Amino acid sequence: MAERATGRIGAGIGLALLLAPALLWITLLIVLPHVDLAILSFRERVGARQYAPSLAQYATFFREPLYWHVFLRTAVMSVLATALTLLVSFPIAWVIAKIARGRSGSFLFVACLVPFWVSETVRTLGWMILLRQSGVLPALLVRLGLTAAPPELLYHDATILLGLVYTSMLFMLIPLVSSLESLDDSLIEAAYDLGAGGGTILRTIVVPHAAPGITAGCIIVFMLTLGNYLTPTLLGGKNSQWFTEQIYTQFITRFNWEQGAAFGFLLLALSTALVILGLRATGQRFGEVMQRS
Amino acid sequence: MSAADLVADGVVKRFAEHTAVDSLSFSVEHGGFFSILGPSGCGKTTLLRMIAGFVTPDAGDIAIGGRSMRGVAPNRRPVNMVFQQLALFPMMNVGENVAYGLARRGIARAERTRRSLAMLERVGLAHAAHKRVDELSGGQRQRVAIARSLVLEPTLLLLDEPLGALDLKLREHMKIELKQLQAAFGTTFVYITHDQSEALVLSDRVAVMNGGRFEQVGTPQELYYRPRTPFVAAFVGANNRIPGRATIRDGERVEVTTDDGWSIRAHAEGAIAVGDRVEAFVRPEVAALARDAGDLPPDAVAHRGRVTSVLFDGANSTVLVAEERTAREIRIALPQTGRFADLKPGESVLFSFDPARAACFQARASEAAAAHG
Amino acid sequence: MRKIFGLAALCLCLTGVDGALAASSKLRIITWADYVPPDLVADFKKETGIDVEVTLSNNEEMISKLRATGGAGYDLAQPSQDRIVSVQREFGVYKPIDYSKVKLGQFQPALLDVVKRNATLDGQVYALPYLWGTDGLVVNTRIAHVGDYLDLCRPELRGKTSMRLRRPLLMGFAFGMGKDPFALYGQPAAYQALMDEVGARLIACKPNVKFYYDNKDQLLNGFRSGEVAAAMMWDTGGWKLNRENPDIQYVVPRSGALGWIDTFALPARGRNDAAAYAWINFVMRPANAARVIRSVGSFSAAVGTGPFTDPKLKAQFAASFPDAALRAIHWYPAIPPGLEEMEGKVLDRVKAAN
Repeated sequence: MAERATGRIGAGIGLALLLAPALLWITLLIVLPHVDLAILSFRERVGARQYAPSLAQYATFFREPLYWHVFLRTAVMSVLATALTLLVSFPIAWVIAKIARGRSGSFLFVACLVPFWVSETVRTLGWMILLRQSGVLPALLVRLGLTAAPPELLYHDATILLGLVYTSMLFMLIPLVSSLESLDDSLIEAAYDLGAGGGTILRTIVVPHAAPGITAGCIIVFMLTLGNYLTPTLLGGKNSQWFTEQIYTQFITRFNWEQGAAFGFLLLALSTALVILGLRATGQRFGEVMQRS
Repeated sequence: MSAADLVADGVVKRFAEHTAVDSLSFSVEHGGFFSILGPSGCGKTTLLRMIAGFVTPDAGDIAIGGRSMRGVAPNRRPVNMVFQQLALFPMMNVGENVAYGLARRGIARAERTRRSLAMLERVGLAHAAHKRVDELSGGQRQRVAIARSLVLEPTLLLLDEPLGALDLKLREHMKIELKQLQAAFGTTFVYITHDQSEALVLSDRVAVMNGGRFEQVGTPQELYYRPRTPFVAAFVGANNRIPGRATIRDGERVEVTTDDGWSIRAHAEGAIAVGDRVEAFVRPEVAALARDAGDLPPDAVAHRGRVTSVLFDGANSTVLVAEERTAREIRIALPQTGRFADLKPGESVLFSFDPARAACFQARASEAAAAHG
Repeated sequence: MRKIFGLAALCLCLTGVDGALAASSKLRIITWADYVPPDLVADFKKETGIDVEVTLSNNEEMISKLRATGGAGYDLAQPSQDRIVSVQREFGVYKPIDYSKVKLGQFQPALLDVVKRNATLDGQVYALPYLWGTDGLVVNTRIAHVGDYLDLCRPELRGKTSMRLRRPLLMGFAFGMGKDPFALYGQPAAYQALMDEVGARLIACKPNVKFYYDNKDQLLNGFRSGEVAAAMMWDTGGWKLNRENPDIQYVVPRSGALGWIDTFALPARGRNDAAAYAWINFVMRPANAARVIRSVGSFSAAVGTGPFTDPKLKAQFAASFPDAALRAIHWYPAIPPGLEEMEGKVLDRVKAAN
């Protein structure tokens, strides 16, 4: 009895030691800064180096239509980017998981991975070189006689979406491919055999089976997109208005850490709310989704 | 006389250099239980998938219910399939699984539910309509898979080794259930398997398939008692294969002498001349065992041997006996009487068999080897 | 958000180990690009044995970093003179300058006085002048004709201009509209009204903007590729482009250029003040100051650099700034508290407008 108890305690200590680095990491780099941020967001400057507890930062957000506007716009664009990423990635994932398989499947997968060997900055600058008015693509359009003058392809919402989809695709592909690979081909054949067409099979068999992968991919991509700073700022140019940019501005150029912290928490609340909403709508649970994909 | 539900005419399918199905022609009558029996790689799965429509033949035509299936997609064929792993949809409950095909035909929800429930009732699973698929036992799942297909009232039901994944006891049980289901519904079943016992127990007719061709098509009894090729003789039922050379030909009777000099007699199947390489097959239950020569049938040729092992298996018990001079092993069935219950390895015994029930074929080197392997 | 806080956490960690490292003969400067030329660093090392470590930044980042650490991590900073008092009052990130340790004779008295006036808080002076320059307009004269800030909004320049969404833009447009924003520094309500007006003007002007630039290379490339025809920009950037393409010129706006002065300031928790003063005295020697001018292209607050400066730059300066233009430069006064917040919201609105 006693021996077993000590054994259990020993195992407990072992487990604690194993988890210690992760817990330390989480506490130091995630929990503590967030606690600090929370405190920061609930105070207001009342005089030089004088602060008082207050809800003013949040009140500013709700009173100032400008911040609302950017917040909603960021949310809508992120949802849109996530949906587009799903639409683009699904056929690719299907090809990798079901059609190419084996060696050519891995090759395709690596091909999707390669862009991620360079930094996000370089990738985004690559897009800028391609799309800017004096860039490669507009010049090509002129040469092909499609337009008279080189069009400006940068600095549109569509450009931002393009960049976001490109940046996020891999994170959608990985859970999608793994969930599609686990789909038994005979289920598809059985549905076909029972009279279903392609669209019906997709709707009734493939999508329900891949749902955890789809949800996991969407959650990851949505969070990445919502929190992305570089892509919307660089590709969106004068109209980018991404909420993270607003946070950066408050922190760095306005020295208004209180406002920045409040914005940070609002963004966190937004992403949490939308993820929960998404899980509800598809009737899934977070833990399950992350485990199964 | 009912019309043929399935007619294959010169069907060919090649994969690269390998011919999976080699100009096959056959037909299956309405209401029958037709099995295709063969070792793995014989082409039976390809044949079944061609009937279902998942694979397109390179040549020839398949007609189902009198209608050519050329260019008809699987979802438009009057055929349904029970898959090897059953392929029940885990994202739906049992009732939804059964109603799936009805929904694809655009049948209204209420009618769908009514029909699927009626079908589940016929297979004894009315209570399980709302259960998840993974809550069912193996046998229940089997029945759901069949119900899911039969609810569509197909001309033909294809079954792709559906018992393969079950354990032995359940498999024995499901064999009986399948046969009863087929009898109750009267739907034409086309069943593929590599298990000769399944084929024999279930079928009205069996095709033994090898190397993309049918070796023999017939009733289970015909295949068992009158195999027409050495492959069928070796593949269907247990058999002792004795290769050698024909040394005497006397009407239907041949004397076969093995290379090490043991002679037996057998019934000649097909043209056999003295000096040909031949194979004789003696079933374990054809041979009789005795301790004294007087116990053997009077006109039989007695062989002497030594028991090497006793393989007790209830009604299927056999002994291995090494022929005295050549030490060649022969498997002999033990009679049910329990007369040899005390038989021990090492004991000297006598055995004989009726040459009329031992078949002798001209050897075909490659196939003999395949059957042996 | 997380990125920023990771950075903040990292800074905090660094301040923790700060004291553990023995104060060495190392000088850590946070400054603008080209303000500390490498060859001067080498000479300084030879003369004093002190290593110089340079971190490149801009006004806002400089202040944010010092704020995050409470004025630690650097021994010398170089913010603009108008951004010192307000920051000091709010965050206390600097320590006063000890005039007795500076060779004041190396500084131009007029600039020394301007900075002294603007960077004094509670009787203490927090900065010394280093370099100065002006913000005005840079124009590709082949494509555009621009003489004042508001000309950037002329209809023929649709999609062909660039600006930096920071306070100089607001000031420039305010002067362009015939107002004096500096005179309203003491009247928050009137200042707010003016800023709202300027904001509306900038929003109306937005279709003309190709992009709001954030770093100088982005803007220079815009001019080089011909995508940008006119921009609100600093003088030496214009002169640099002019050397590459004579069509591109720096234009002093009719309503006056905006004059900035970047300074020396001592972070509150710097650990090597002696090295910082040594560097200040070293770099303000006439010959060394002239080398800085060549490196950065701006004008020095040092005296006696005349014999050492590049005649081409002198000529460009003289061409751009006749006496009247020089007198019309608007020098930034120290910003009172609260104004930057107003300006910030106006800039946000401009950015968000469609």
